[in-house]
Amino acid sequence: MAEVLVVVEASQGVAKKVTLEMLTLARTLGDVSAVVLGGSAAALADKLGEFGASKIYAAEGEDLDGYLVAGKATVLAALIQRVSPAAVLLASSQEGKEIAGRVAVKLDNGLLTDVVALDADGVGTQVVFAGSTIVKSKVSKGLPIVTVRPNSLTPTPAPATPSVEQVEVALTDKDKLAKVVERKVEAKGARPELAEASIVVSGGRGVGSADNFKLVEELADLLGGAVGASRAAVDSGFYPHQFQVGQTGKTVSPQLYVALGISGAIQHRAGMQTSKTIIAVNKDAEAPIFELADFGVVGDLFKVVPQAAEEIRKRK
Amino acid sequence: MKIVVLVKQVPDSGADRNLRSDDNTVDRASASNVINEMDEYAIEEALRLQEAHGGEVVILTVGPDRATESIRKALSMGPDSAVHVVDDALHGSCAVATSKVLAAAIAQQGADLVICGAESTDGRVQVLPHMIAERLGIAALTGARKLTVDGTSLTIERQTDEGYEVVTASTPALVSVWDTINDPRYPSFKGIMAAKKKPLQTLSLGDLGIAAGEVGFDGATSTVVEHSKRPPRQAGNKIDAGDDGGSKLVEYLASEKFV
Repeated sequence: MAEVLVVVEASQGVAKKVTLEMLTLARTLGDVSAVVLGGSAAALADKLGEFGASKIYAAEGEDLDGYLVAGKATVLAALIQRVSPAAVLLASSQEGKEIAGRVAVKLDNGLLTDVVALDADGVGTQVVFAGSTIVKSKVSKGLPIVTVRPNSLTPTPAPATPSVEQVEVALTDKDKLAKVVERKVEAKGARPELAEASIVVSGGRGVGSADNFKLVEELADLLGGAVGASRAAVDSGFYPHQFQVGQTGKTVSPQLYVALGISGAIQHRAGMQTSKTIIAVNKDAEAPIFELADFGVVGDLFKVVPQAAEEIRKRK
Repeated sequence: MKIVVLVKQVPDSGADRNLRSDDNTVDRASASNVINEMDEYAIEEALRLQEAHGGEVVILTVGPDRATESIRKALSMGPDSAVHVVDDALHGSCAVATSKVLAAAIAQQGADLVICGAESTDGRVQVLPHMIAERLGIAALTGARKLTVDGTSLTIERQTDEGYEVVTASTPALVSVWDTINDPRYPSFKGIMAAKKKPLQTLSLGDLGIAAGEVGFDGATSTVVEHSKRPPRQAGNKIDAGDDGGSKLVEYLASEKFV
């Protein structure tokens, strides 16, 4: 069977969920090889094997970790030319897309981004225009280079024992123009990452203040979910921008999305419309968010949410 | 310092947007077209740098004739001039080909710094900044929520899922920005009047040394097979909170096995 490359996305030495999803998807396309660009492959090997990687290409070193993406793209492009894979999958994250873009230019090859499904013929499905339109497209020049949106499928294990091949990191000065001098982690506690979470609880302008966001966090923690925020809430300074859901923020597609005090402007709907189940709490019965909510509660979120939190605690 | 700001005209994300049934491209003719919102932040950042360090700000747009409206709007915020690459052969271009055109135009301008939005609201593809930097062989500082310039040295805070990264480079470089970086100014009446008289240079593909076959449908590296409207979500059950709205919410969560 043809070889399919999956570019591993990891955070602090742990493979992200989207990586396991890509491995699962790649198994439907061919023999799966994971590509680790930067960081440490050894720490990830067990998990990558568990989800079906029969081979791991490990490209490591300060030249990759210390600079933004250009070097990673150089290594990946060289690997693609050497092994001629049937397809290359990357995460639809900022970095995944950036690497994919550079590789596409280097190889004069097409690419598809934000794919939620990919068939054996390389036809990818994308959901565009704020979730209103479904597009099927394919790469028409070169091999399919595809970025996969998190939460597009359920990862399933298929244990394999991967061999590890060290890949040479041969970079030029052009790969080392953007130097990363510091990495700052801003606390999100033990919560899952927004784009990958199965449950997201978001707050909007109706939450009223940064302090009141504790209520949103409390419900998220009780449900084991991530916290999101509408643009209005972020612009008002209630919550940091990296948690913004919407047209100019993250696009999420969780099993459950709970919108608290969010009116549901198109700007917000663009980022959460493909969630499986949507619940809304808003005091305005005419708020557009109710048009897409599977379950809506018209009322004061400062009464509804604490009562719900108490009820969940009782059931635990 | 010469700063080139990339501006894209996009269909208004607040209105209904469609793909054309005949050739699967974005329907721009029947849409209400506006400046890509993120680009306004790029323009603002360029103007602030100009105010602090001097130099020149040039708008660069690749797009059909009607993109002129957005270029004038961009100029009304304060940039000095604009370059519009317009050519019928561009219709149907993929991101890879578009990056070739933008890179050629930037190279011709001789920019010290290129600033653009992190993504456009229509495609949301987010690959153009690195594609352009790859072609030009310049540094790409992408996803900036803060930019500091000291002589030829640039420093950004790059937004990440975990927090942020501090990334440095020297000019010439490209910086892409998120909407957290500043608050764009509104054009003044004076600015709107002045924009009508500012230099707007129109370039064809030939002026950039690019053949028609390298772009458009002929040069596309990916193709849309089909598209369809996604059925709109149906509103479900909506209740009044009353005294037990929270409990009812949890009952619903339980019925769906979330608790």
